[in-house]
Amino acid sequence: MEVPILKQGAFLIATFQAALSDADLNQLRMGLVQQVVKFRSRAVIVDVTAMDVMDSFASRTLREIAHMIRLRGAETVIVGIQPEVAFAMVQLGLTLEGVATALDLEEGLAYLNEKFKITNRR
Amino acid sequence: MAKRDSTPTDIELKRTEEPSELLRELVAHLRQNRTQLREEWVVRISETRLLTAMTKEEIFAEATSVYDSYVEALETEAFEALQAYARNLSERIIPRGVETHEVVGIVLLLRDVLARSLFAKYQTDFKKLNRILDAYEPAANRIANTVAVGFVQERERVIRQQQEAIRELSTPVLQVRERLLILPIIGVIDPQRARQLTEQLLRGIRTNRAKVVVIDITGVAAMDVTVANHLVQTVEASRLLGATVIVTGLSPEIAQTLVTIGVDLGKMNTVGDLQGGIEQAERLLGYKVASITEPN
Repeated sequence: MEVPILKQGAFLIATFQAALSDADLNQLRMGLVQQVVKFRSRAVIVDVTAMDVMDSFASRTLREIAHMIRLRGAETVIVGIQPEVAFAMVQLGLTLEGVATALDLEEGLAYLNEKFKITNRR
Repeated sequence: MAKRDSTPTDIELKRTEEPSELLRELVAHLRQNRTQLREEWVVRISETRLLTAMTKEEIFAEATSVYDSYVEALETEAFEALQAYARNLSERIIPRGVETHEVVGIVLLLRDVLARSLFAKYQTDFKKLNRILDAYEPAANRIANTVAVGFVQERERVIRQQQEAIRELSTPVLQVRERLLILPIIGVIDPQRARQLTEQLLRGIRTNRAKVVVIDITGVAAMDVTVANHLVQTVEASRLLGATVIVTGLSPEIAQTLVTIGVDLGKMNTVGDLQGGIEQAERLLGYKVASITEPN
């Protein structure tokens, strides 16, 4: 399943679909980092609004993506975690520690713009 | 041998035919001697010091209606009616301070009083006594059971009702500034209420697009390890929705509990009181509160 990755100025926005298999997630991990390299992005927003479950593999993959992207000097923000999903995650101890989070795409962009104080002129 | 070969149904039929006849005889006897047996029962009740919360007149009145219901249940085997009666009875006498063991106690006493009267009546015919008891005992046991269960069900209903009321006292999630929510928690939190509060808060964060939440627990006296963990989880889940949580009003006991369970205080943002919490929240959101200078 192809995950759409959109370029928004210095940022990339990856929108996760509802049912991503482990293989999809693995592919995504490599794909996203390659895109960051290709476009010299400053940050990646991963939008998981459509995910109604988040298992430990998906959670670990997200953390790994964030770490790999940080090694490229870029920031990752996870947005759109649903209340029920958040609740289930913390009960399983999946706290996405060390990864920035925001309510939705709008908040994620606001956070990054504040952080980098850049305008999208690319 | 021939007898052994008789089919089970024959034997069953034999057993069910007799009891109903015997039961009728039994019920007639209990109705005939109603006054005397009821009196005996009331005497036994006061001897064993049950129903001390009630006056003699009250006991007599209840005894009369219980006796009649008892005999009717024996006759009609309508145990649902009896259970409804028992629930109704407990609804009336629980507020007067009557305990479950008292209710079960008086029903068992009645069972004994009636059994004794049967022993007395059929003392010359041991075989008949046995058959009468065969009819009486299962029914009497079922009655005692039904009344006890009815009584307990009523108490459980009241408890559930009270629990629901307590849960409904539950806290609204209040928006006091743009992007700032306050969740003031008061009273006892059990795991279920904790869970409900978390769900409510997370939904509130999403609906109000909150960036900061102040959870005030000044009104919570104590919390056990399970609930403390729930609190930590609430903080973590809120973060996943992009909101920062400030916890205020921790009592010394709760602070102790949190330290004991080894909460990573780096993860938890705490401030002494609600005022301090709101002030910090405003700082986080970039608000500044300035006094309005008087004109001139």
